[in-house]
Amino acid sequence: MKREERDGKRRLCRSMLYIPGDSPGMIQNAEVFGADSILLDLEDSIAESAKDSARKMVRSFLSGFDFGGLFVTVRVNSPDTAYFERDLREIVPCRPDAIRVPKCGTPADIMAAKALIAKIEQDSGIPEGSVKIHAMIETAIGVENAYLIASASERVSALTIGGQDLTADMFARKTREGWELFYARSRIVMAARAAGIMAFDTVWADINDSEGLFSETKQIVELGFDGKAAIHPSQIEVIHKAFRPDAREAARARRIVEAAERALREGKGVISVDGRMVDAPVVARAERLVEIASLYEYEEDNTL
Amino acid sequence: MKFHHKIRTEVSLLTIVAASAGTLESSDCLVTVVPAEVDGIRYEGANRAIFLNRTEKIAREIMERYPIENASIRIQDQGALEVTLRARIETAVERALEGARQ
Repeated sequence: MKREERDGKRRLCRSMLYIPGDSPGMIQNAEVFGADSILLDLEDSIAESAKDSARKMVRSFLSGFDFGGLFVTVRVNSPDTAYFERDLREIVPCRPDAIRVPKCGTPADIMAAKALIAKIEQDSGIPEGSVKIHAMIETAIGVENAYLIASASERVSALTIGGQDLTADMFARKTREGWELFYARSRIVMAARAAGIMAFDTVWADINDSEGLFSETKQIVELGFDGKAAIHPSQIEVIHKAFRPDAREAARARRIVEAAERALREGKGVISVDGRMVDAPVVARAERLVEIASLYEYEEDNTL
Repeated sequence: MKFHHKIRTEVSLLTIVAASAGTLESSDCLVTVVPAEVDGIRYEGANRAIFLNRTEKIAREIMERYPIENASIRIQDQGALEVTLRARIETAVERALEGARQ
């Protein structure tokens, strides 16, 4: 059985908004921005001189603030820095939904992070395995090891691609279409699916280019990603728009799911929708579309 | 006012240097800690009257956790939530201690 099934229903995280850990004004308004999840950042958006205050701030919010239904992930500093262990020691006891671990290159990186997190969970008396790992793949070696990283531990519940570092590590030239990341994205989403975990895409850096963001998000939706990171609240709506199944697609998916349920009730093995045979993978894909479509409003007329 | 009701004189108190944490941005606060002859809390902000008691209580509660010599704290509040206030006070105190260690 795949892990996502074992863990119960997968949570939809189309958008993940990065919020600098040292910005209380933004953190307290996190829910207002409308993202499906937030990433409280201790890494790149925080200056060296503010690492301590960001860590404290995130810890304080996690232990004393109600984020409502938001999925909250904390991006800690990279394991090759002195901050990594201190970040984990302060943050893990507050039980964020997940820790985003930068620069995962090998399964050994996961095992090291996992051992540390498990030790902290034990020391602070919280159930082992409470805090998941979202492994960031942002090096060439990480891309090549993607499946090994994804399947290294039950604790890894998502792979996420860090486009800027990866582009630099590849010596690639950045294109607006992002095709230098096509292989890495494909590989990462495949590895994540093979391991039964989620896959998240990198940020779109140009906050003034929402057209570029929209077409890139469309592309990663088509590749199979579950969500995309945002670096500005204005990007959330664009990302959600790109995840929106079109009305006909959503209506057809609904008909497939209904037909499958009916077939199950009536004990029929073969399903036909709109005169076409439908098999299990099509039903699975339709269920996923229906789930995503439930987040959007459709005009009745267009859904028929 | 004394921060260390529970800590007796046999516990050696740690020295601090002046340090601050936070900003004067909206929803934040700027906390400054300096060594002083006597412990003290100075709280400034548009809603001083409403939050003075709460703030002093929180500041005292945090200060009691750190075995430091007398300190004076200044809190310039720009409408910070309690979680923000706590984080800023703790950061300022730890910076004050860290600075003295170096």
